[in-house]
Amino acid sequence: MDTDRDTLIDLYLRMVRIRTFEEQAGKLQEAGKVPGALHLYVGEEAVASGVMSHLSNEDQITSTHRGHGHLVAKGGDFKKMFAELYGRETGYCRGKGGSMHISDLDLGMLGANGIVGAGPPIAIGAAFSNKYRKTRNVTCCFFGDGASNEGTFHEAANMAALYRLPVVFVCENNGFGEFTRQERHQAIQDIADRASGYGMPGVVVDGMDVMAVYEAAGEAIERARRGEGPTLLECKTYRFFDHVGVRGMGVVYRDDSEVIEWRKRDPLVLFEARLLEMNTASAGELQQLRERVLFEVEEAIAFAEASPFPADSALLEDVYTVTGG
Amino acid sequence: MTSTESSPKRELAYVQAINEGLTQLMRADPDIFLAGEDVALYGGVFGTSRGLLAEFGSDRVVDTPIAESGLLGLGLGAAATGLRPIIEIMFMDFMGVCMDEIVNQVAKMKYMFGGKAVLPLTIQTMSGGGTGMAAQHSQSLEAWFCHVPGLKVVMPSGPYEAKGLLVSAVRDDNPVIVANVKTILAHRAHVPEELYAIPLGKAHIVRPGSNFTIVATGRMVSESLTAADQLAAEGIDVEIVDPRTLQPLDIETIVTSVRKTHRALIAHEAVRFGGIGAEIAAQVQEEVFDYLDAPVGRVGAPFAPVPFSPPLEKLYVPNAGRIVAEVRRMLGR
Repeated sequence: MDTDRDTLIDLYLRMVRIRTFEEQAGKLQEAGKVPGALHLYVGEEAVASGVMSHLSNEDQITSTHRGHGHLVAKGGDFKKMFAELYGRETGYCRGKGGSMHISDLDLGMLGANGIVGAGPPIAIGAAFSNKYRKTRNVTCCFFGDGASNEGTFHEAANMAALYRLPVVFVCENNGFGEFTRQERHQAIQDIADRASGYGMPGVVVDGMDVMAVYEAAGEAIERARRGEGPTLLECKTYRFFDHVGVRGMGVVYRDDSEVIEWRKRDPLVLFEARLLEMNTASAGELQQLRERVLFEVEEAIAFAEASPFPADSALLEDVYTVTGG
Repeated sequence: MTSTESSPKRELAYVQAINEGLTQLMRADPDIFLAGEDVALYGGVFGTSRGLLAEFGSDRVVDTPIAESGLLGLGLGAAATGLRPIIEIMFMDFMGVCMDEIVNQVAKMKYMFGGKAVLPLTIQTMSGGGTGMAAQHSQSLEAWFCHVPGLKVVMPSGPYEAKGLLVSAVRDDNPVIVANVKTILAHRAHVPEELYAIPLGKAHIVRPGSNFTIVATGRMVSESLTAADQLAAEGIDVEIVDPRTLQPLDIETIVTSVRKTHRALIAHEAVRFGGIGAEIAAQVQEEVFDYLDAPVGRVGAPFAPVPFSPPLEKLYVPNAGRIVAEVRRMLGR
C-alpha cells in the first residue's frame, strides 16, 4: 500500500470523529437530553470515512435516516450538529430538522432523510446538475440494504446508468432493514449483483476495512469524474447499536453474541492495529488524537446546551423562499 | 404585468401558449431545462413541448424513462444544486406515483434545512376529465397539493393564463405545481408575444357583476362565463373571480367581491368533498359572514371516480348547466 501518512491519519480521524460524536449522542439520548429518535452510525464508520476522503465541498452526498456519520465525515461542524440534535436555533437547520434532516448544503451534504430510499432520486438530480454544468463533481448516494428494495433506488439507478451520470451508489449493507434481517427482506446476498441489471459495475467491499472502502470508492469516484457513469459499491458492514438509539427495548431480532462477534471486526480497532503495525503513528499519538476529538465533542455539547431554542416567530419562517420570483 | 400592445389581436390556443412560454423561458435562461416522459422527441403527448428539442438539444430537453419518482427526484436534486428545472408529469393522476418526492422531499426540504435550500422547481401537469380517459387520466387533484406547506399551485383557465402563470412559476424560487387543463387546450384567446408574467397569488376579476359572485377555477371559468350569460337574462349579474393561483390563495379579492354581491358560489372540476371550494367557502364565511344573504354554494364533481362511459362522464363533469342550476337553487328560483 502506498497511501501517504496524511491520508491514513485523515481516515482515522474521520472515523474517530464519527465514533465519538455518536457515542456521546447516544448517551445524551439515553439521559433524555435530546428529543426524538437518533439512528446511530456506530460500527459503520469505515464506509463514510473511506468514501468521503475522496470528496471536496463541491461534491455532493445524499444521506439516510442514519446520517450523522455522513455529515461528520463530510466535514460537519460538531457545534451546529449537536445544537440541531438539541433543537436549538444555532443548529444546522435552526432546530427545525433534527437528527433525521441534518444537512449542510455548503458542504454538499443534501440532507439526512426520514424516508428510506429518498436519497437516490435526489442524488441523480445533483449528478445531472454536475454534468449539465460541465463540472467534474461527483454525487455519492448513501443508502442501506433496506432502501435497496425501494422503487426509488431502481428508478434512480436506471436513469443514472442511462444518462451516464457522475454518481456512486454506496450501499451500506448492515444486514438489517430496521429490525428485519437481510435474508428476510430480499432473496439475494450481494446487492451489488443488481448493478448488472442497470448496466453499471457492481463492487462488493469489506465495509469494516476503511482501506478497502477507500480504494474501491476511489476507483468508482474517479470513474464518475471521467464521465464513465455510475457504480454500485456495496459495503458489507454492521450496526453495533440498535436501529434507533443505543439499545432498544426487547431486543429479539439478533443475539448479543452476533454483536460481540462483529465487534471483533470493529473498523476503528482494525485500522488502529494497522496504523501501529505500519508505524504510521504511535499509540500515544492516536490516543492524543482521540482525546482531542472528545474534547471538541464535549465543547460542542456545552455550546448546544447553552444555545437558545428558536423564537416562536421561527415557526412560520422558511416555508417559502421570499426573494426572487 | 409587462404586457404591451405589440400585436393586440394575436390569438393562440392554450397548448400553443404553453409551448411559447416554455420556448421563451428557455431562451432567456440557460439554467432552465425540461424533463419528462416523451417531452423531447415526441414533443409532449399534448404537444406542449413541440419543437423544443430541435432548438435546445437533448441536454436541455430530456426524455426520461417512465419513472415518476426518479424524474421528480432529478428535478429536486438539480434545483437544490443551482438549476431551474421544469419537470413534466404527463397526467396529474400520475403524481400519485411520485407523491413522496413532492410531499415529503420537495415541499419540506427548505423548512427542514432551516431555510437554506432554494428550490426553483416547476412541476407542470395536465388535469381534468371529459376526454373519455376514465378514472386514472382525468382527475383534478389540486387540493391535495394546496394542503401541503411549501408548495405553490396555479391553475391556468385559458391561454393568456397558461403562458403568464408558467412564466411566474418557473421564475419563482419555490416549487410550483402548474395544473393545466387538458379539455381546454384548443381554446383560443389573446396572448402577448413577449415574455410576460402573471403574478402568483393574485386573483383576476374575469367578469364584473353586481349581485352574485362565482369563484371558478380552470375550465370552470369559461363554463361560468356561459352560465353568467344565461343568468343575465334573469336579472342576475354575476361577477366571476378566477383565483389563478390556488396556493397562496388571494382571499382578499374574493371577499371584496362577496361584500359587494352578498352571495357566493365556488365552481371547480375536482370532487366537491374536500376540494379547494371547501376552503374558500370556509374563509368567505369567516371573513364576511355578515355580508352573506345565503350559505356559500359549491359546484364540483360527485364523490366517485371519473367514469368512462360517455353518458356517465357527462353526468360527472361539472358544466355551465350545473352552475346555472346551483345559482338558481341558491336564489330560491
